[in-house]
Amino acid sequence: MSSPLVEVRGLVKYYKATGFLARKAPPVRAVDGVSFTVGKGETLGLVGESGCGKSTVGRTILRLQDATAGSVFFDGSDFLALDPAALRQARRKLQIIFQDPYSSLNPRMNVGNAIAEGIEIHRLAPRAEIPGRVAQLLEEVGLDPGYAARYPHEFSGGQRQRIGIARALAVEPEFIVCDEPVSALDVSVQAQVLNLLADLQARRGISYLFIAHDLAVVRQIAQRVAVMYLGRIVESGRTEEVLARPAHPYTKALLSAVPVPDPETKRLRIILPGDPPSPSNPPSGCAFHPRCPDPDKDERCTTERPVLRQIGGIEVACHHAKVNR
Amino acid sequence: MPSPLSGPFRRDRFFQFGLLLVALVIGAAVLAPLLAPGGPYTGDPATAYLLPPSLGHLLGTDTQGRDVLTRVIYGARISLAVGVISQVVASLLGVTLGLISGYYGRRVDAIIMRFADVTLAFPTLLLLIAVAAAVNPSLPVVFVVIGIVGWAAMARLVRGQVLVLKGAEYVLAARALGAPDRRILFRHLLPNVRAQVIVAATLGMAGAIMAEAALSFVGLGAQPPTPSWGSMVADGRDLLRVAPWVSFAPGIAIGLAVLGFNLVGDTLREAFDPKLRTER
Repeated sequence: MSSPLVEVRGLVKYYKATGFLARKAPPVRAVDGVSFTVGKGETLGLVGESGCGKSTVGRTILRLQDATAGSVFFDGSDFLALDPAALRQARRKLQIIFQDPYSSLNPRMNVGNAIAEGIEIHRLAPRAEIPGRVAQLLEEVGLDPGYAARYPHEFSGGQRQRIGIARALAVEPEFIVCDEPVSALDVSVQAQVLNLLADLQARRGISYLFIAHDLAVVRQIAQRVAVMYLGRIVESGRTEEVLARPAHPYTKALLSAVPVPDPETKRLRIILPGDPPSPSNPPSGCAFHPRCPDPDKDERCTTERPVLRQIGGIEVACHHAKVNR
Repeated sequence: MPSPLSGPFRRDRFFQFGLLLVALVIGAAVLAPLLAPGGPYTGDPATAYLLPPSLGHLLGTDTQGRDVLTRVIYGARISLAVGVISQVVASLLGVTLGLISGYYGRRVDAIIMRFADVTLAFPTLLLLIAVAAAVNPSLPVVFVVIGIVGWAAMARLVRGQVLVLKGAEYVLAARALGAPDRRILFRHLLPNVRAQVIVAATLGMAGAIMAEAALSFVGLGAQPPTPSWGSMVADGRDLLRVAPWVSFAPGIAIGLAVLGFNLVGDTLREAFDPKLRTER
């Protein structure tokens, strides 16, 4: 991967408490210095538990929320620094697919209009050709082109998700943030949607940032994976390496929670004690130390925050990570 | 969308009754010259002074010898006009300011909402009386003033809805597509607050009809001899013991019209409220 398509550097998103009773409260550090790259035609999986900031990363990259600091290089310029006119133009290259197939479609707009919206905004086709384009897109995501006149409530969750994908595809994006696109779907439907995403990637060379909490899903679709804990990336690398030989104790715990379809397999379940700490008051040193099951845990973990370092092809933020453990 | 008026609501007794009352008001207003036995201003006090209800005058006559039924029928025109015009004014102002307030937030929101608070903090009727007394009392003034006073409630309603909807994923998707604010406001937000606005306006009609009646009753609305229900009640208030029909007929008309719009509004609210519906 020579030059990445998207490069995120030092992304920070703090939520300040507002209101006069909360003026002294510390900000919530939803995203606290996240950097990664996504290559052309590549999928980067971003995993972590609820509240770790992974969705916020996706939304700040696309400027659906304002970042507190950091930059997102796309196509040679910082997407986060574009002026409004340039931003509107550039938006079509970066799209998003959402988790909730119910709230991701306007209940009062028919499917054809929803898909046509991007084409109209960016004037990608003359008015007369729009219905044809919409039909093509519906077909591309595996739906009947005749569905264009129907409303969202007439569709199942999986179908709605396909409609959401068609809406994003309509503007010919190069990069799509997939914000837990299959977490709300049945397992059988999940597989279909994942296959569709993979097909589209193969056909159109789109890059994905695939946000998920399910490592089994990420294993299927992502070439590389980054694991987030409390607003920071704690481990990243090629998917098969990270999943086969995780170096960070948090990744190990996450992996041990993935069900294995073989009742004979004996495996070690790592149950983390306690809940994830509050991102408005993260623990000192390594944010993971209060829950860390690693026997090597020591004084340093509670005082010094570990930075990402290379260990055998994987980047990991842990003082005690070793190669091939 | 499935019609909210289908299914159980079509068979709802209260809704049917409300609809009947509203239809009566609209029918009377539109067809007044055909339905009424005479003209609203014609009458001879010498021959028809305070006649009790009879076959010739179903609801009797007033002190000017005018047929009360005729005047009640014509009065529907004024009540309906007040309801419709005031709610159009309230909706235009309230929806526009509510959308802006909820969507742009921050300082714009703070300013608009403080104005709404100020409007709502006044006792409505007192404010109406003050405004109507300050300018020349006349019906057009009443129409507009009731509408303007109604903007605040409408704006709050719309703003609250917009605050919820602007975080919806379909709105985010539209922003990600590069949709300008105008498009998000008119194609995504407005269609999704429309139902609530219709409900609020229907209920607001009832309030407006009462407000007009009250203003006309105290002499700050319709001026004599205009057949407004409120002023007709006022005309008969000294005659309650000798000729109760003069006040009762328009009074009952006010009550039934208000009841009708309230019943219809309530049913619509239930029909549009997703929590009260089983299917999405």
